[in-house]
Amino acid sequence: MGAIIRTATAGTFESSDAYVEVGPGRGSIDLSLESVVEQQFGEAIRRAVREVLSECGCDDIEIRIVDRGALDCVIKARVEAAVRRGGMN
Amino acid sequence: MRSKVVSSIREAVELAGLKDGMTVSFHHHLRNGDYVLNTVMDQIADMGIKELTVNASSLFACHKPLLGHIKNRVVAKILTNYMAEEVGREISCGIMDRAVEFRTHGGRPSDIASGRTPIDVAFIAAPISDPLGNCSGKYGKSACGSLGYAFADAMYADKVVIITDELASYPLMDWSIEETCVDYVVKVDAIGDPAGIVSGTTRITRDPVGLVMAEQAALVIRHSGLLKEGFSFQTGAGGASLAASKFLKEIMLKENIRGSFGLGGITGYLVDMLHAGCFEKLLDVQCFDLDAVESIRKDPRHQEISAEHYASPGAKSAVVDSLDVVILGAAEIDTDFNVNVHTDSNGYIMGGSGGHSDTAAGAKLAMIIAPIQRARMPIVTDRVTCISTPGRDVDVLVTQAGIAVNPENAELKDRLVDAGLNIVNIHDLKRKAEHLTGTPKKPMMGSREVGKVICRDGSLLDTIYSVR
Repeated sequence: MGAIIRTATAGTFESSDAYVEVGPGRGSIDLSLESVVEQQFGEAIRRAVREVLSECGCDDIEIRIVDRGALDCVIKARVEAAVRRGGMN
Repeated sequence: MRSKVVSSIREAVELAGLKDGMTVSFHHHLRNGDYVLNTVMDQIADMGIKELTVNASSLFACHKPLLGHIKNRVVAKILTNYMAEEVGREISCGIMDRAVEFRTHGGRPSDIASGRTPIDVAFIAAPISDPLGNCSGKYGKSACGSLGYAFADAMYADKVVIITDELASYPLMDWSIEETCVDYVVKVDAIGDPAGIVSGTTRITRDPVGLVMAEQAALVIRHSGLLKEGFSFQTGAGGASLAASKFLKEIMLKENIRGSFGLGGITGYLVDMLHAGCFEKLLDVQCFDLDAVESIRKDPRHQEISAEHYASPGAKSAVVDSLDVVILGAAEIDTDFNVNVHTDSNGYIMGGSGGHSDTAAGAKLAMIIAPIQRARMPIVTDRVTCISTPGRDVDVLVTQAGIAVNPENAELKDRLVDAGLNIVNIHDLKRKAEHLTGTPKKPMMGSREVGKVICRDGSLLDTIYSVR
């Protein structure tokens, strides 16, 4: 498994999109989520993020997401893009 | 020369005899540019008057200072037809002891006229007035066009105060509200911010989903059996509704169909349809943009109407009862076709019926146009958070993924199926949306009543609860 090297971002603050910011972690996955659909889909979003991180082989990351009602496929794409931009050792 | 002009709002409030516990009223033609409600309420607060009921036809973001007057006990109760989210959010948190009463644009004047919701002092913002109170919205630097919602206030309030920023010489011609109703006139520097009163031309949507819905909506109208000589129509100012009007206009011109009237909140787009010959007349309770304001001022075919004439269920007849088709929006619609336009997906107040349920009840075809999901929230639910318009008054839901017809209207369904349109079951639209979004968990609501939705017939349609 790997750790993020540098800070990177993906996405926008537009409705139906998500903004993702990643950076070096402190030895684990540190996820913060702010979402307009937290009550309805908070758990589903966190699950989708962890799935992508696991697929990317990333277990050391600080990741902040501001979600404006993005579908799962959008969340996953934005997280993957941010992780790839951040690079892993 | 006789005059009812007094020196200040304070003097008008004193002369009108406003006391603790009374009801004051306001109209919303100055929309998000209105200065009058805040100025008057500040003055009333300054005079130490408390526990008032505010009956406002709508409350916009610019009326946020009203929240301060709720907290300092100047305002004890609110009656309105629409409340923007900037005001609604705190109301939903339970800052009022008494629930807000929501009515419709037709229900409000009906209840004022019948005495069910009497008004002690009406404060009427008017872009132009003469010294005896003959006034209009068509002229002046703050011109807003129609003053439709203010007529009931002027006719039935105990005392009527006109607040204007342009005093004309007597008699003002082409008046809307006449001096027979008016007690006092106050001249102020500005009644509103023109940038917030009317918008520029609203653009037709370029969103491909919106365009698909709009085209389907126009086809539903075309095949409804109602699109013929004498056709009458109302639509909102939303991007997809306007796009539907564009497609409808093309069909009407191509097939040489001449309608009778366009109704409602009037936009430049309906003015265009008037000029193109799609309609013979426009009936206007509220102007949405500058084109509409100019048209109502200049074109005799474009007529101002009062809210009572527009939609009152208590009137001997109202225009909505002669309406063929209305296109409306929805925050949520359930599988029984009940529509919510009062609360957002978390239960916060962010709107209100306005003319939604009036036109749905009156029109032969009430169409809801909405995407199947909006920012991950499916539009179709098992039960809406709040019933704004009952499903019995809604005929059809048009989405980008298909058209669902209310089973109550079997004739319409047959016509649309015969026309080859993509008719689906409303439960399928819910499934399709949830396939994309996942199944949303219901938000937890509080137990405090913060809003009551009063049906057109005066019965309680639904209760809005606090947000935890």
